[in-house]
Amino acid sequence: MNPLPITEADLQAYVDAALPDARRSEVEDYLAAQPEEAGRVRAYMNQMQAIRSTFNPILDEPLPANLSALASAPPTAAVDAPRRPFLARWSLQRIAAGLLIALVSGFAGWLAHDRYPPAESLARMSPLPRRAAVAHAVFSPDVRRPVEVGAEQEDQLVAWLSKRLGTPVHPPKLGALGYELVGGRLLPGNVGPVAQFMFQDASGQRLTLYVSTENTTNQDTAFRFAQEGQVNVFYWIDGKFGYALSAGIDKGKLARIATAVYEQIEHK
Amino acid sequence: MDSSAILAEIPRLRRYARAMLGDRAAADDLVQDTLERAWVRLHQWRTGSDMRAWLFGIMHNLRIDQLRRPGLPTQSIDADDFQVPTRATQNDELELREIESALSQLPDEQREVLLLVALEEMSYADIAATLGIPAGTVMSRLSRGRERLRLIMNGEQASARLRIVR
Repeated sequence: MNPLPITEADLQAYVDAALPDARRSEVEDYLAAQPEEAGRVRAYMNQMQAIRSTFNPILDEPLPANLSALASAPPTAAVDAPRRPFLARWSLQRIAAGLLIALVSGFAGWLAHDRYPPAESLARMSPLPRRAAVAHAVFSPDVRRPVEVGAEQEDQLVAWLSKRLGTPVHPPKLGALGYELVGGRLLPGNVGPVAQFMFQDASGQRLTLYVSTENTTNQDTAFRFAQEGQVNVFYWIDGKFGYALSAGIDKGKLARIATAVYEQIEHK
Repeated sequence: MDSSAILAEIPRLRRYARAMLGDRAAADDLVQDTLERAWVRLHQWRTGSDMRAWLFGIMHNLRIDQLRRPGLPTQSIDADDFQVPTRATQNDELELREIESALSQLPDEQREVLLLVALEEMSYADIAATLGIPAGTVMSRLSRGRERLRLIMNGEQASARLRIVR
């Protein structure tokens, strides 16, 4: 009985060693008689080999920490179940925000250089209140998109920021002081992500709480006050956490709110 | 789905993503997004079914989402980009570079099938299920992808050699 004609699918399966033995020897007979086809099949096999030897070494690379961490369930996975299509979109926005902050801090520095004797202003301002003030100045005037995740999705916001910062973070409740949560966002800090929560009172006045987990000096501080242009900042360091509360309101009012924030965080 | 099972798949996801995207940072971002989505959609995974195929399916869908989204094309720069072109004696490296550059010239859907066959050694039926396309489409993409890659590499060799002389 004559063998079935050799098809293109047979040749592909031959390259992939996916043919039963009997069929494979029929293909080999066919290729022996068809040097041009045999050359094509050989080229395909070489492709496979080249692809494997190019990319197989990746299997032995050490995993980046962010990936090996994802081998176990992120603490938030169960909470914010199916709706998170926005997650993937964020990386570009994060980069854009990072660039913006870099630009604005450069510009703010340049302004400050003009306005203050450099030794005083720049040395007095530690990076924390400075970055917080810039982040406040960049995002709080934004009418349409002041935050990445709004207060109506507070659970998701908390879960997400906690995951990215690697430690639980919660926005304080400032309703008693007339400020309601608007939402929050992730920002680039010195070496990793930091969080910003935004609040607003009935008149539209906004304040932001900047939460960093990057402090490594292990030196707690009491309240400190800093001023960058129109923005007043109260900040303090608590273990690895650095907090900075920024707003364009007067120092006394801001101090009262900062105290409330401090107390809520301390009594968590 | 336990941690060790997931952990075991990460290197393969990275290898495939790197081959697919040609860029380390973008590939690892895609793997991260894939793992995050996998944890969120864990309830959709049927115990006992093939976890690898499931994860690759998630990655495939994420990739499609990304392609549909307009955005700035970015490219990370790493040390490899600064390597001085090698002399013709170092043919191995040259060939590896050629396959990378040739792969990047394939249409996405052909490269995808080719890589699942070459790297994951998936059966045609598994690929069809993972990508959600008919088996016949897998075969035709594979066959067209391979032929196109062959033609690119035949044509490429001349131009690659010319580049070395520079």
